[in-house]
Amino acid sequence: MADPRPYGLLAEFETPEALLEAAQRAREDGYRDLDAFTPFPVHDLAEILEIRDTRVLWLGFAGGCFGFALALAMQIGSNWDYPLDVGGRPVYALSAFAVIAFELTVLFAALFPAIGMLALNGLPRLNYPVFAASRFHLASRDRFFLCIKAGDARFDAEETTQFLSRIGARSVELVPA
Amino acid sequence: MAMSEAPILPRDQSLGDVTDQLARIPLHFPTRRRWLIALSFSMLLLTLFAVSVVVLFTRGVGIWGINIPVNWAFAIHNYVWWLGIGHAGTLISALLLLMGREWRNSLNRFAETMTLFAVVCAGIYPVLHLGRPWYLYWMFPYPATMGVWPQFRSPLEWDIWAVLTYLTVSLVFWYVGLIPDLGAARDRARQRGWQVFFGVLSLGWRGSAVHWLRWQQAYRLLAALAVPLVVSVHSEVSLLFAAGTIPGWHSTIFPAYFVLGAAFSGFAVVSMIAIAIRSLFSLKNLVTDDHLDILGKVLLATGLMTGYGYVFEIFDAFYSGEAHEIQTVYDRVAGAYAWTYWGAILFNFVFLQLLWWRWARRSPLALFLISTSVAIGMWLERYMILVTSLYRDFLVSSWGAYAPNFWDWSIYIGTFGLFLVPFLLIIRLFPVIAISETKEVLHEEQTEAANG
Repeated sequence: MADPRPYGLLAEFETPEALLEAAQRAREDGYRDLDAFTPFPVHDLAEILEIRDTRVLWLGFAGGCFGFALALAMQIGSNWDYPLDVGGRPVYALSAFAVIAFELTVLFAALFPAIGMLALNGLPRLNYPVFAASRFHLASRDRFFLCIKAGDARFDAEETTQFLSRIGARSVELVPA
Repeated sequence: MAMSEAPILPRDQSLGDVTDQLARIPLHFPTRRRWLIALSFSMLLLTLFAVSVVVLFTRGVGIWGINIPVNWAFAIHNYVWWLGIGHAGTLISALLLLMGREWRNSLNRFAETMTLFAVVCAGIYPVLHLGRPWYLYWMFPYPATMGVWPQFRSPLEWDIWAVLTYLTVSLVFWYVGLIPDLGAARDRARQRGWQVFFGVLSLGWRGSAVHWLRWQQAYRLLAALAVPLVVSVHSEVSLLFAAGTIPGWHSTIFPAYFVLGAAFSGFAVVSMIAIAIRSLFSLKNLVTDDHLDILGKVLLATGLMTGYGYVFEIFDAFYSGEAHEIQTVYDRVAGAYAWTYWGAILFNFVFLQLLWWRWARRSPLALFLISTSVAIGMWLERYMILVTSLYRDFLVSSWGAYAPNFWDWSIYIGTFGLFLVPFLLIIRLFPVIAISETKEVLHEEQTEAANG
């Protein structure tokens, strides 16, 4: 009993190079709603799939600004609230505040993108349709999977399966939603 | 430059075999007996630590050998020592990632794990040294009824922010790097318990292309932040000393001297752990003799840089022309604690020279012994820096002496338990070598070989 709307088709390849070539051909054939699953980051894959996302890096920048502002506000604010005059030394001693300002800049510049990376990736999400595929456990071992999602305008269970076999997939599996 | 290098990993292994080999370690733990013996021994040390801390908290820091003038001793000494060891884990992992030195991919996981627990051991010391550790929260700016805030212009206050930031960033860096490997271990697990354990901790990682893209961005960004963080943290630690006016501490070389010494001692401990882990888990195909060779070179290089600090310190004292500074140098090389100075020279620099020879770098036993000697040497160096500057105060009437007593030693030896117990648990439960990153290197090398 096939699900009326599957998740997509999962095609298995043996090398990153084969995956890259298949992804290229799928793009050329007009498929747009693509994803790939690989055991390690594959160079150039994001470019071929035309995935562009620099939000993680911007989050790092935002985190750094936030940490820096927080550190200065904390140190200047507390000295404004209760000026600690030690032998007439400057109350707003920016050179002395620099260390904590630097530390908090780094702290938040690290926390924002780390948490942001998980949030943008939709993790934690313990279950996901592709996990149901019988050979998917190899995606963390030594196999490289290309997925054409059912949402794609050109997706057709029959034709797309044939297309994937034609471009050299070792196995093709329909993934239920 | 990086392109033309000889391969670091034997190319005749498959990606699948490497995955199975590394994921097997937690799932079908190979050396149960030896691990249990090590764990029981570490538990014993941890118990010693717990007992000593209870006694310390009950009776106060008066149980230590500290006195006036030597009011800073083992607590700060071992704090600096442990923290320094931790820094090499970050440097190996982050600096070498950014520089594209792929040999680090076999070492980074346990090096980062070492960092985590070395920082814990370091961080616990200032708390113990507080005397009234339950007032730790006074270090934080909270709206106190007394109306006062922390003194943000003091290096002692900078310290807690630096160490907590370092611990947090190290933990995040370690975990972000671990997530894909937890996914790989989950997919290899057959028993329900392991599946749930790795399944939950991997957060459902599935290796999607867009996930990898964001993961790489985050991971490299964390690495880029971790490197200056290490430099800032240990520079800040050196300012605990250098910002005061004590002769022998009040020198501009201190931040650089401390950071390099930290890297030196840390690379020594990384080498020791690398040698132990590769023989314990039969990982000679992934942590190769070439890795030891490079570690040996790095150890030699950082050692010589640390040696420069020794030379400059003496130059600095004489250049200043300050009688008390110069007297401190004499006290160091010929005073009551001259054994710490010459001990540091011997253990840090004399045995180290063997690493000029290739056979010594590639011999696990020789490298292990030299690394042990460096860890001891750097420990003596920190002792020397502390005690020789303090025991002869400005006034002769205030001169004193220091010797660590039973409780100094028991807490210090106990921190080895605090380090080893969680470290052993981590290498029991998690992939001890980065799976995805190792495969990445292996694949690149195989492609290069195929394409000539």
